[in-house]
Amino acid sequence: MDNGWDIQWAFIVLIVGAIATYLPRCAGVFISGRIQANSPIFNWFGCVAYALLAGMVARMIVLPAGPLNDVSLELRVISAIGAVTVFYLSRRNVLLSVFSGIGLLMLGAWIE
Amino acid sequence: MSVHFSHSKDFGSPRRALIGGAREGLGIPAFILFISYIGFGALIKEANLPMWFGLFSTFSAWALPGQIALVELSTVGASILIIFLAAFLTNARLLPMVAVLMPMIRHESTPPWKYYGASFLIAVTPWVFCMKRCPELPKNQRLSFFMGFAVLVWSGSLVGTAIGYLVPDLVPEPVTLGLVFINPIYFLILFAGNLVNRAWILALGIGAVMGPALHLLTPEWGLLVTGLIAGTVAYFIDQLIRVRYG
Repeated sequence: MDNGWDIQWAFIVLIVGAIATYLPRCAGVFISGRIQANSPIFNWFGCVAYALLAGMVARMIVLPAGPLNDVSLELRVISAIGAVTVFYLSRRNVLLSVFSGIGLLMLGAWIE
Repeated sequence: MSVHFSHSKDFGSPRRALIGGAREGLGIPAFILFISYIGFGALIKEANLPMWFGLFSTFSAWALPGQIALVELSTVGASILIIFLAAFLTNARLLPMVAVLMPMIRHESTPPWKYYGASFLIAVTPWVFCMKRCPELPKNQRLSFFMGFAVLVWSGSLVGTAIGYLVPDLVPEPVTLGLVFINPIYFLILFAGNLVNRAWILALGIGAVMGPALHLLTPEWGLLVTGLIAGTVAYFIDQLIRVRYG
């Protein structure tokens, strides 16, 4: 990243990234102008959004990229289930449940 | 539907809602984002990119999966078209998120450009919080609450990016594992705390099953196809249950 061309390239990449990120947000606002809260189409968009996010989170747990691949699938799934269990048992304590999940994973990785 | 409009948490004024939103962001949400972006800062460093690259990315395109894709592709010398498409496909999930959140925070007296501005900061964490909190608030406080929350958490991400870059090997190896896991677990817990609408709960369940399966089939399109199919199936199952059982 020393010469001018590289800095130019970096800028182009960043601007393109920013546009690609803002486009769906912008389109979302545009579409939302025709949507009433609690209408059928509003509910459908909610379904699509939640399905997307659930799919993303499930993929991050089941088919992770990077260091999480070093621990077994069973351990990742058990840790996730453990975190949700602690969440409901602890009257929805977010911090406690997140750290339970992470603690379980690290403990399991150490044993494995 | 089962989205409640009880106004149980009235801040009193939009200004106070802004501060209230920031205060709610300041605890765990900002901390989690801060930690997640330490990882992003470290990635920038490892990729031999300058720190401003990471900061500019977090500033201008705040949504972690797309940012990671951008860095990875630009370091392997992908063409600008490929980079654009990858970032766009990764971030396409933001479209339905924005489309469903905006009608909730809309208010007659607010000029439309403000929503175009606010959408710039819609990422998973502020989205989930506002989906839950905004229906409880008076309509004229919702946008302020969102902005307070989102700007605070966004700032935490910028600080995390810088620290992750400046302090290499900040975290010992075993802890890295936990840090990488914090993101999906936190989102999972956020969803678990947000289960009020039957159709959306169904969508979460079906999406969670379809997501990994379709990712194996087609890594580029898997997520979007999951959203469309699982979301639509959930919508119609909910309709069916409503017709049958009321």
